[in-house]
Amino acid sequence: MASIELHNPARSVDTHGHDHHDDHEHEEGTFLTKYIFSQDHKVIAKQFLISGMIWAILGGTLSSLFRLQLGFPDMDMSILKPILGGWIEDGKLNPEFYLAMVTMHGTIMVFFVLTAGLSGTFSNFLIPLQIGARDMASGFLNMLSYWFFFASSVLMMWSMFIETGPASGGWVIYPPLSALPQASPGSGTGMTMWLFSMALFIVSSLLGSINYVSTVINMRTKGMTFSRLPLTIWAFFFTAIIGILSFPVLFSAALLLIFDRSLGTSFYLSEIYINGEALPNMGGSPILFQHLFWFLGHPEVYIVILPALGITSEIIAVNSRKPIFGYKAMIGSIMAITLLSFIVWAHHMFVTGMNPFLGSIFMFLTLIIAIPSAVKAFNYITTLWRGNIVFTPAMLFSIGLVSFFISGGLTGVALGNSAIDIQLHDTYFVVAHFHLVMGSAAFFGMVAGVYHWFPKMFGRMMNEKLGYLHFWMTFVGIYCIFFPMHYTGIAGFPRRYYSFTTYDTFKTFGDLNAFISTAAIITFFAQFLLVFNFFYSIFRGRRAPLNPWRSNTLEWTTPIHPGHGNWVGEIPHVFRWPYDYSKPGAEEDFIMQTVPYSETTSSNLEGEVDPVEEESSSKVHA
Amino acid sequence: MFYLIITALILLLVVAGLLVRAQVLIDIFTKSSSKRAGLSNQINGFLFVVFLVFIMGGFVWISIWARKYYLPDSASVHGVWTDNQFWVTMSILSVVFVVTHILLFTFPYIYQFKENRKALFYPVNHRLEFIWTVIPAIVLSLLVFNGWKVWSAITKEAPENAVVVELVGKQFNWLVRYPGKDSKLGKHNYLKTDELNTVGIDFTDRNSFDDYMAGEVHIPVNKPVLFKIRARDVLHSVFAPHFRLKMDAVPGMPTKFWFIPTKTTSDMKTITGNPEFTYEIACTEVCGPGHFGMRLKLVVDDEDEFDAWNKSQQSFLAKNPDYLKSVPDNLRKPAEQSIVENRKITGLAVLKTLSKSVAKTN
Ligand code: HEM
Ligand SMILES: [Cu+2]
Ligand SMILES: [Cu+2]
Repeated sequence: MASIELHNPARSVDTHGHDHHDDHEHEEGTFLTKYIFSQDHKVIAKQFLISGMIWAILGGTLSSLFRLQLGFPDMDMSILKPILGGWIEDGKLNPEFYLAMVTMHGTIMVFFVLTAGLSGTFSNFLIPLQIGARDMASGFLNMLSYWFFFASSVLMMWSMFIETGPASGGWVIYPPLSALPQASPGSGTGMTMWLFSMALFIVSSLLGSINYVSTVINMRTKGMTFSRLPLTIWAFFFTAIIGILSFPVLFSAALLLIFDRSLGTSFYLSEIYINGEALPNMGGSPILFQHLFWFLGHPEVYIVILPALGITSEIIAVNSRKPIFGYKAMIGSIMAITLLSFIVWAHHMFVTGMNPFLGSIFMFLTLIIAIPSAVKAFNYITTLWRGNIVFTPAMLFSIGLVSFFISGGLTGVALGNSAIDIQLHDTYFVVAHFHLVMGSAAFFGMVAGVYHWFPKMFGRMMNEKLGYLHFWMTFVGIYCIFFPMHYTGIAGFPRRYYSFTTYDTFKTFGDLNAFISTAAIITFFAQFLLVFNFFYSIFRGRRAPLNPWRSNTLEWTTPIHPGHGNWVGEIPHVFRWPYDYSKPGAEEDFIMQTVPYSETTSSNLEGEVDPVEEESSSKVHA
Repeated sequence: MFYLIITALILLLVVAGLLVRAQVLIDIFTKSSSKRAGLSNQINGFLFVVFLVFIMGGFVWISIWARKYYLPDSASVHGVWTDNQFWVTMSILSVVFVVTHILLFTFPYIYQFKENRKALFYPVNHRLEFIWTVIPAIVLSLLVFNGWKVWSAITKEAPENAVVVELVGKQFNWLVRYPGKDSKLGKHNYLKTDELNTVGIDFTDRNSFDDYMAGEVHIPVNKPVLFKIRARDVLHSVFAPHFRLKMDAVPGMPTKFWFIPTKTTSDMKTITGNPEFTYEIACTEVCGPGHFGMRLKLVVDDEDEFDAWNKSQQSFLAKNPDYLKSVPDNLRKPAEQSIVENRKITGLAVLKTLSKSVAKTN
C-alpha cells in the first residue's frame, strides 16, 4: 500500500483528521453490503456494467435470430425448437414472435444497454473519480437506482417467458395497437409488463440523474471549476439533465396508456372497430401519444450518444497526446444539442397527418441540430491532426465511433428534410441511420470506456491484442451490416417486415439481405472476444500500473484499488484543465490536473498562475 | 445437439485462454509490453488506411451494384421533385462523407506514435471553428429552404376536381371506397361498421348512395388524385413506393394525400420491361402479425379506361339492397332511384366492355 502512495502524484499527504473513509482497506461490512447492496459508486457502476453486458448479449441474440429470418426466409429453423418451443411452427418463425423479438431488441438496446448500461456505468464510475469526490451525493439513492433498474430488468425478462409473449408493437409502442389487448397477443400481459417495467426503469433513471447532477454541482474538489471539468463530466452532466426533463414525459405517456388499457379512458383511443366490435371510446388521439413519446424519444437518443461522445473526447485527447481541440466549442455544442434535442421531436412524425406547417417548423429545427453535431465531428478530426497517436483498443473504438457518428449523422440530414422523408420514413434507410449514429456509435463509446477504465475498475489490464481483433472484426462487421441497409431503404423496403416475398416491389435484394444477416451473426459472435477478455482479465490480466495511459485526470491519482472513499487521505486539489498534453516546454507529454503551475514554470502560458492560497483549513470533502 | 454445442463452447473458451496466456508470455519475453507503442501500433495505423480503401471501394461498388434494385423513376409529379431533392442532398452528403473519412483514417496513419516526436499543442482556433460552423449552416439552410418549398407544394390543399379514393386500413388488409357517380364520398360512422359494411358507410347521407367498394385501386393518369385515409382498428400507413407517397392511417383522425400519377400501369410495363408489373400499396406502420402482408394492388389507367372501370362498378347499395333499411324514410326514394340508375349504368358499361372485347376478338 505504502509504495503506491509514494507513486501517487496527487501528493495526498494527509494533514487532517481521519475521517472514516481513510481506512478503506479494512472496509467494514459483509459480502452483502459490499457487493450486493453496496452504496459505493464504483461497485454500483460495475453492477450496471455487468447487467448491461448480460442485456446486450440477449439483445444481440434476438437480432441474430430475426436476421436469420430476414436473410434466409426459406431456412428450416427446427433446430431452434429446443430454445424457442412453440414460436417455431413447421420450421418457420411465427410472425408475431418476429415482431416481439424486434420490439424486445429495440427496448433492450435503447434503454437497458445504452441508457442504463452506459450512463449507469460511466456516470457512476467517473463522476466522483474525475471531479474529486468521495462518492455520489447520495450513495443510498444511487443504490436504489440500481435496484429499481434490477426490478425493471426482472420484469422485462419475465415478460419474455409468458405464454402470449412479450410486447410486440415496436419499441415505440404506438397505441391503439399497444392499448388493445385484442389487437395482438403481445398487447396483452406482455404489454402490461412492458409498461410497468418501464415505469420502474424511469424511476431508476431519475434517481440516477438527480444524483449525477447534484454531485457535479456540489461535490467538486477544490480548484475543480466548471471550466476544468473533463468533457466526460460535461457530457454526463447534460445527459442527466436531459433525462430529468424528458423521462417524466414518457412516464406520463405510459401512465395514460395504462389508464386507457385498464380504466376505460380514451386518451389515445377514438372510433375503433376491432374484432367485430365497435369500442365506446371517443375523442382520444393516437397522435397525442406520439408527441409525448417522441418528446422523450428524441432526447433519449442524445441521452444515449452524449455519454459516448464524452468518453470519446477524453480517450481521443489522451491517446493523441494532444488537448482536445476546441474544448469550449465542445461544451457549447453539448449545450446546444441539449437544448435543441427538446424541440425536434416531431421529425419522427412528418407523415402522421399532423399539420404540414408543423412539419416545416420541425424540418428547420432538425437541420439546426446537425450543426453542433458537425462541429463535434470536425473537432475530433482536428484533435487527431499532428497528434502522436497511441492505438490502445479504447482509442480504436473511439475513432470508430467518430466514423459512425459521421456516416449516420449525415443521413439524418436527408431524413430531416420532410419532403424526402415521405419516401424514406419507416424504411430500412431509417434503420441504417439510427443504428450507425446511435446504436453503433454509442456501443463503441461504451466499449471504448470499458477498455480505457478497466484498469481503474479492476486493477488489471485487458489483453490488447484481443482488443485489436475485437475492434477490427466489429468495425468491419458493423459497416457490412448497416451500410447496405441504406440501399434497401432507398429501394423502399419497409422496416419491421417479417418477410418481403408478398410484394413484387420488395422481392429483390434477397442476396443482399443474406449478406447482411451473415455479417450480423459473425459480428455478434465477435463480441464474445470482449466478454472473454473482460472476465479473463478480471482474474488473470496483467497488473495495472497507476496511470497506464499517462492521463491527466483525477481518477488516476487514486490507489490502484481505490476503496470506498476513493482517495487515501485528503482529496487532491486541482490546478489546471485536464488537457495539458504535449505542452511545449514541459518535460513529459502530460501534466496532471493536480500539478500546480508553480511546478511547471517552463511550460506555463500567459496568465497561468496558481490562485493565491487563502489561509484555509482546506476542508476535507467527506 | 444442444450439449454438443455447450461442450464445444467450453472447449473454445479453454483454448482461447491458453492462447492468450501464450501471447502474454511472448509479449513479456519480447518486452513489447514495456514499450509505449510498438509494432502493433504501426499495424493498427496501417489498417486504418486499408479500411479507408475498403470502405470507399465498397461505397462506390455497392452504389453501382444496387442501382438495379432501386425503384424506377417516380410515377408522380411530386415524386420527381422529392427524388431530385434526395439525390442532390445525397451528393452533398457523399462529398462530406468521403472527405471527412479520408481525414479521419489517414491522420491515424500519418500521426501514429513516434518516440522522438511531440504532438502539437493546439487547443483552439476560433477562425477554423467559425468557418466550420458557418459553412454547414449555409448548406443546411439551402437544403431546408428547398425542402420547405417542395414540402409546401406537396401538402397544399388538393384541387377541387381531384378523383377521390378512400383507403381504410384494418388488420390486415386495405378497404377501398369510391364516391361513385356524384364524386362525393358519403359520410361514415364507425358505429355502423359490420361484416358487409366494412368501412361504416353512413346511409343517412345521400352522397353515400352511389358509393362503391373496390378490391383494388384504379386511378386515372395525369389527373389529381386525392387519397382520403382512415384506419378502423390500429395505426396503419399507406405507402405507394412508386409514387413516393406515404401517409399514416389513424383511427379517429382522417388523413389525406394528393398527387398526380404520370405513368399508367402499361407505361410501367414497358419502362421496366416486366409484363407482370403492378403498382402496389404496402403498410408501413406496424399493426400486428399480419403487417407485412397488407398488399393492395393499384392500377393507373388512361382516362377512358378509368371512366369505363368507374362506371362498371356496382354501388354498395345496389349490391346489398338490404341496407336500404338503414336509409331514413324521407331518403328512401332517392336511394332506390340511385340503385336503379346504378344498375342501368353498370349494365351498360358491362355491355360496352363486352362488345369491345368481342370486337377485338373479331
Ligand atoms: C445530425 C443530426 C440528425 C438528424 C438531422 C436526424 C434526423 C432524424 C430524422 C428526421 C429521423 C426520423 C426518420 C423517420 O422515422 O422517418 C431520425 C430517426 C432517428 N434518429 Fe436521427 N438525426 C440526427 C442524429 C441522430 C443522432 C445523433 C441519434 C442518436 C444518437 C439519432 C437517432 C435516431 C433514431 C433512434 C431514430 C429512429 C427512431 C425510430 O423510428 O425508431 N439521430 N433522425
Ligand atoms: Cu429524433
Ligand atoms: Cu401495418
